[in-house]
Amino acid sequence: MFNASLKQLSIQLAEKKISSTELTTEFLQRIKQFNPEYNAFITVNEEISLAQAKVADKMLATGQAGPLTGIPIAQKDIFCARGWLTTCGSKMLSNFVSPYDAGVIERFNQAGAINIGKTNMDEFAMGSSNETSYFGIVKNPWDIAAVPGGSSGGAACAVAARLAPAATGTDTGGSIRQPAALCGISGIKPTYGLVSRYGMIAFASSLDQGGPMAKSAEDLALLLNVMIGFDPRDSTSLQRDAEDCAQDLQKPLAGLRIGLPKEYFAEGMSQDVASAIEKALVEYRRLGAQTIEVSLPNAPLSIPVYYVLAPAEASSNLSRFDGVRYGYRAPAYSDLADMYRKTRTQGFGAEVKRRILIGTYVLSHGYYDAYYIKAQKLRRLIAQDFTEAYKRCDIIMGPTTPTVAFNLGEKSGDPIQMYLSDIYTSAANLTGMPAMSIPIGFGDKNRPIGLHIMGNYFKEAQMLNIAHQYQLVTDWHLKSPV
Amino acid sequence: MTLSVSDVKRIADLAYIEINDNEAKETLNQLSGIFDLIGTMQAVDTSTVEPMSHAQSVVQRLREDEVTEADQHGLYQSIAPQVEANLYLVPQVIE
Repeated sequence: MFNASLKQLSIQLAEKKISSTELTTEFLQRIKQFNPEYNAFITVNEEISLAQAKVADKMLATGQAGPLTGIPIAQKDIFCARGWLTTCGSKMLSNFVSPYDAGVIERFNQAGAINIGKTNMDEFAMGSSNETSYFGIVKNPWDIAAVPGGSSGGAACAVAARLAPAATGTDTGGSIRQPAALCGISGIKPTYGLVSRYGMIAFASSLDQGGPMAKSAEDLALLLNVMIGFDPRDSTSLQRDAEDCAQDLQKPLAGLRIGLPKEYFAEGMSQDVASAIEKALVEYRRLGAQTIEVSLPNAPLSIPVYYVLAPAEASSNLSRFDGVRYGYRAPAYSDLADMYRKTRTQGFGAEVKRRILIGTYVLSHGYYDAYYIKAQKLRRLIAQDFTEAYKRCDIIMGPTTPTVAFNLGEKSGDPIQMYLSDIYTSAANLTGMPAMSIPIGFGDKNRPIGLHIMGNYFKEAQMLNIAHQYQLVTDWHLKSPV
Repeated sequence: MTLSVSDVKRIADLAYIEINDNEAKETLNQLSGIFDLIGTMQAVDTSTVEPMSHAQSVVQRLREDEVTEADQHGLYQSIAPQVEANLYLVPQVIE
């Protein structure tokens, strides 16, 4: 049962072969058994999950069920969920029981899905290895010596280890796609503005976007159909006509033009990743696609641009954590300023503080133009590169990450090496365009490799089609470490 | 670009983060490396480019100035560190 696709689970539930209560109990049992080793979940609340399952069973019995009714979903601990501890992986929010639901949580609740638990993550989503969480590191279920990736490392681990049928993640510079690649699952960051950011704890507001993580593209389509939708409480939420993300899954790929950016196939990519990508491209050519070289001359600057803009926005967003209205407050202080200072010094971890300092600096007097405005100008050049490339191709492919999962501890002392893990992924956040990762094989030490599929704005249905057609003729997405 | 220990301490002060001399030195090393990486941006001429602040060129939505939410201060204040008489308590500011 724990290997079943969402569609299979949905059919079993509809045909009463299994109840949501039974399904939820099975996954809670697996979490109980395996979470002590993987640490993929920060919070599990059997009482709430089983109460939701009971409601879902009623919906199923009375014919009010949708495709996700009764199915357990692991929620990243960045999404506020009423009555749930919502920590964002930080000591700062280690006591924060959310009084309200995020837009994404509301939509899953309305669909009758079960919240099976809150997944571990890098503190405030700042990290690429899930080693910065206040609640401990997460392990990669393929190899417990390896990182699961981050920041949605708990989510990726939970899906790969079959502790949940699917999960939510958020992606500011690669935080859905990089862990999906390193854990051998599928994940998509939709076009900026499609998924509500209301109640999704902010890191860098102009880059943050929620999205689903699951075993297959077909599962992602069902999840996206629930997650996408206008939310007036998010000022950047887009008002568009509803689109069925699964509508194009079955389309043949004949005539598809795949762009391969020469900058992404240059130095930096390891040999095992390069050869897996080449094999995946052979499969796509067999499916009728053609590949053409394109150029994204400014894309290599994505990392420096990202590490100006994201910390700048983060330093502003995280100024709200002051120990006054919610969250952690230092136990001893001399006056108001000292309370702020001690609360923030004790409540934030080292990586969060580092990014707050970078952000504060690039926004400070005398440096704003040289760093912040300069980065915003380059952001436009990067976006223009992609727009130009999409005149010549339908989709862009490349590696999601330069290497397979690195070892725990290998990069935690070297922030720059860690930042470079997102070298291929952060451009999609700067442009706001959708991008996804799907598993395409294994490399060094038998660790998973991901293919990065990048599309133009609002091309989610087409991207899922492209991924699904590959998954129909390959079985990498069916492999699991359990 | 060259950062100094006093720069690091000034930024930390602006961000309300305490940092001692040893931490400031270590932070300086890390930030200097990061700013070297960031410095590679300067190689591209952007003099004629408009800054891009957002992924979508949309205008800010406006709404009528109406009360749309019920008062839930009790619920919201139930998770505050210190509350008295419906007010958030902080150390005394005015003598």
